[in-house]
Amino acid sequence: MALLRYVLRRLGQAALVLGIVIVLQFLLLHLAPGDVADVIAGESQASDPAFVAQLRAELGLDRPLPVQLLLHLQRVVTLDWGQAHSMDAPVWQLIAERLPATALLMLSAIGLAVVLGVGLGMAAALRARRWLDGVISVLALLFYATPGFLVGIVMILVFSVQLQWLPMAGMSSLYDDSPAWLRAVDTARHLVLPTLTLGLFYVAIYTRLMRAAMLEVLPMEHVRTARSKGLAPWRVVWHHAGRNALLPIVTMAGLQVSSLLGGSVIVETLFGWPGIGRLAFEAVFKRDVPLVMGVLLLSSVLVLTVSLAVDLLYTRLDPRIRLR
Amino acid sequence: MQTLRRRLARSASFVAGAALLALVAAMALLGPLLYPEGPWVTVGAPMTWPGADPLRPLGTDALGRDLLAGLLHGARVSLLIGAAATAAALGAGLLVGAVAGYRGGWVDDALMRLTDAVQTVPPFLLAIVVVLIVKPSVGSIVGAIALISWPTVARLVRAEFMRLREADFVSAARLMGMSPARIVVTQMLPNALPPVIVSASIMVASAILIESGLAFLGLGDPNVVSWGTMVGLGRSDFRAGWYLVVVPGLAIMLSVLALNLLGDGLNDALNTRLPG
Repeated sequence: MALLRYVLRRLGQAALVLGIVIVLQFLLLHLAPGDVADVIAGESQASDPAFVAQLRAELGLDRPLPVQLLLHLQRVVTLDWGQAHSMDAPVWQLIAERLPATALLMLSAIGLAVVLGVGLGMAAALRARRWLDGVISVLALLFYATPGFLVGIVMILVFSVQLQWLPMAGMSSLYDDSPAWLRAVDTARHLVLPTLTLGLFYVAIYTRLMRAAMLEVLPMEHVRTARSKGLAPWRVVWHHAGRNALLPIVTMAGLQVSSLLGGSVIVETLFGWPGIGRLAFEAVFKRDVPLVMGVLLLSSVLVLTVSLAVDLLYTRLDPRIRLR
Repeated sequence: MQTLRRRLARSASFVAGAALLALVAAMALLGPLLYPEGPWVTVGAPMTWPGADPLRPLGTDALGRDLLAGLLHGARVSLLIGAAATAAALGAGLLVGAVAGYRGGWVDDALMRLTDAVQTVPPFLLAIVVVLIVKPSVGSIVGAIALISWPTVARLVRAEFMRLREADFVSAARLMGMSPARIVVTQMLPNALPPVIVSASIMVASAILIESGLAFLGLGDPNVVSWGTMVGLGRSDFRAGWYLVVVPGLAIMLSVLALNLLGDGLNDALNTRLPG
């Protein structure tokens, strides 16, 4: 019962925040000089004022701002996100086409970060203040400070241009009629460099976080008890210390969706990865307001959904957390 | 104060960070002295590799402009953008956080939902949209970075204020008849500052990173040279000369590293516990 009430409360909160986000995004995009009608007219080279006025009436841009806002809210809720005029396709369709590529990239980057970060962090904590810890900590500091594009460009130079091991752009270089397993291997090869580029920063974060969390957990009673019971060292480290130290990692991973989406703009642009990040970038440059709005909105929904999911997961992982 | 200084001097991170930052600041100061004609002038053959010409130790770009001149002048612009964006974010964040934390109730609820809403939109995406709408300039870049950075400060300050609101010395000030504004400014703010100071140094670092990311995408101010601008310009030629991107990229990395180390050192010395 308590859980249900909690879920409902959090859902209500998320809906409220989403409402504010929609209003803010609407206002932000209406700060722009000129409107959609101007852009479309500019594209089709038709500066005839009568045509622009007619277009404006069709799009409802001649109505007062509050009315436009209400209409916008209605369209958002009914999932009518309009037409992306720069690409001549429905916003929904464009987003749906590009979302899987970004999801794949984000999941593999965060997967890499969690696995590598947890491993490195544990190793550093178990060897605290010795040379291995020093090396890992310095590496983490460096990864943390390196701009993503620099990582990406160095990777391209080393692995694509010099060694020619991996492709430097795109998501596949095979025709669609190739066997499925070949295409999977091909996509995986294309995925390596973007994943490393996007993930390295997060590897640094998780390494530092895991090291700190482990150092906090290791001296605790239950770890000492487990050790004195004669359990194998890896069992102690993994079951008794690691599980507790993982809690902050879960929270962190959830909070990172929004920064990953931002980072994917640079990575996808650099590697020509056909995802949401590059779509957003193209939309912004072409002043495609409906498409920009759609991508921003979808990203916000993603962020809210994941943070809700993390909160719920957290209550399962840590029974000490009270449901408020 | 004495102990704080001693603790800072003992912190290896703080000392290393301060030394690196002093180096970057020296670069920024030397720029106008060594290259008074600015970073934009053509001085030699295009695409000279670093080390090939002793007069231009870091080489030249595709238009024959000296990379070292760009690097020194860019230091000033990058630091300035980082500092200005952080100052603006601190101002807004302190105001929102202090009001929310001090007043509580519906004011707090309203301000926090607004903060949630801003944080829900992926920050870098929001910055891109803002800069493009207002047109890329130092002002719009600073504004965009401040817009995406203030919520962190607001949350920190709010948490501190909620803790301090119940403190004895604050109740005492209230009993003495001090006005709320005076209590906030003279009693609570100084005590809420340590975590804010720590996060400020990290915010300057992330502002420099965000600016360079924007410039990489072609959204830098076209009238000034920042390190990000250099990266953005070098991007199209990077296969012909990787140093065009790597040199300014390393400068960015070094200053971000310096500011993070500084933040780590301050964090230890001020004994605050920042999440993340």
